[in-house]
Amino acid sequence: MRVRSGLDRQLQMLEDEVLMMGGMVEKSVARAVDALSRRDLEESEQVVKEDDLIDRKRFDIEERCIDLIATQQPMATDLRILIAMLHITVELERMGDYAEGIARISLLMGQEATLKPLIDIPRMAEKAQGMLHKALDAMVNRDTVSAQQVCSEDDDVDALYDQIYRELLLFMIEDPKTIRRATYLLWVSHDLERIADRATNIAERVMYLVTGKMEESGASKY
Amino acid sequence: MRANIRISVGEDLPSQGDPLRAPGGLSKLQTIGLSVRYGNVVALRDISMDIPANRVTAIIGPSGCGKSTLLRCFNRMNDLVPDASVEGKLLFNGQNLYAPGVDSTEIRFRIGMVFQRPNPFPKSVYDNVAFGLRINGFKGNMDDMVQHALEQAALWDEVKDRLKKGGLTLSGGQQQRLCIARALAVEPEVILMDEPCSALDPIATLAIEDLIRSLAGTYTIIIVTHNMQQAARVSDETAFLTAGPDQGGYLVEHSNTRQIFTNPQDERTEAYITGRFG
Repeated sequence: MRVRSGLDRQLQMLEDEVLMMGGMVEKSVARAVDALSRRDLEESEQVVKEDDLIDRKRFDIEERCIDLIATQQPMATDLRILIAMLHITVELERMGDYAEGIARISLLMGQEATLKPLIDIPRMAEKAQGMLHKALDAMVNRDTVSAQQVCSEDDDVDALYDQIYRELLLFMIEDPKTIRRATYLLWVSHDLERIADRATNIAERVMYLVTGKMEESGASKY
Repeated sequence: MRANIRISVGEDLPSQGDPLRAPGGLSKLQTIGLSVRYGNVVALRDISMDIPANRVTAIIGPSGCGKSTLLRCFNRMNDLVPDASVEGKLLFNGQNLYAPGVDSTEIRFRIGMVFQRPNPFPKSVYDNVAFGLRINGFKGNMDDMVQHALEQAALWDEVKDRLKKGGLTLSGGQQQRLCIARALAVEPEVILMDEPCSALDPIATLAIEDLIRSLAGTYTIIIVTHNMQQAARVSDETAFLTAGPDQGGYLVEHSNTRQIFTNPQDERTEAYITGRFG
């Protein structure tokens, strides 16, 4: 006899909502960096506006989790799913804020061109997005190996951040007039570095969901 | 001021190196290959577990898995059931409870029991609590003992002005606390509780649960419950029993409560506590 099929269905719906929110965040990160590269202020404006949708989604998911905890008394795996979803949702919401932050930097720059053609920043964005995508796939597949890989990939993003930081520092040393524009790009790369860290946090939550163990995958440099 | 009761020493003291004993010999009760039959029916099969001293251990499992049978073994209540037979060992402070020469009545003073439905005697509140002490020939200050037991059972403030009133005039929750006071009065080492809240309303249930927590640390408590949230709230350790067809009940997993309810190691435990059993 299959019992608690109602709870199973609600947990599945909850995970689907989290995945949908993950998709919104991925898209927001990609659009923010793309708009920055193309100096498309209208698109940057749109990313800022649409962050409200991500924030609202987070509250919807949290409310669902709270309702299920209050009414279903979840235990063991059910409980771990709910706790993991709550944490993952908060991580996603913060990632959305970083994407919004990038869009706001783009708006701050106004009509001004970027200090240099963006090469490493889009690469960083792509890697961070990839980590998020993989972490969410690992969640769906309950795959701790993939989740662990996400954590390892954070080192690549950190290395790119170091590289961008060095490069921008050189610009600033050579010509202090570039400091303002270089700082904008440094902020962008910092936001991307944080997005990757948050993807790592999601991967750690996936490992908790599957194994019940709460462990940090390895201390980040940042 | 413990009542002067001694358990006869059985012949089956565990060896120093017995792997089933908790470090430092802290197991209050220990079963080794314990099986129980009622006639030809196997009720419990090969249970080996340690019950730590001064902690609350919950026994959970589906109906018919032998939880209450196991509980009743701990103070030899099964002796009263016709055709019941017990195999294996059950050690209390390292001594075999089922060894020849052990007096089961004496055991029941040291290992008290609280039942599903409150069952005060049709006597006054005072006499209910004093009952065991009187039987036991207690000669000290009875008033002090009764007050102490009622205080421990968190009932004193509610009944101190009506100690001579009948125990049956109390509410269900108060009656159950009276039964706990009655069990505590003879200063047992272990208290067995067989679904002590199943006949109580939610508020009375929470009062009993608070009481159980306040007694933990002083007494070894074993509670059988169908209410998993209750097991999660009150116990330090949880044992999950289940039963197979014609196999009798057996122990699946016994671990600390946090582990059992957040990350059980056996899929049968997981299925049961998440409500997907069957």
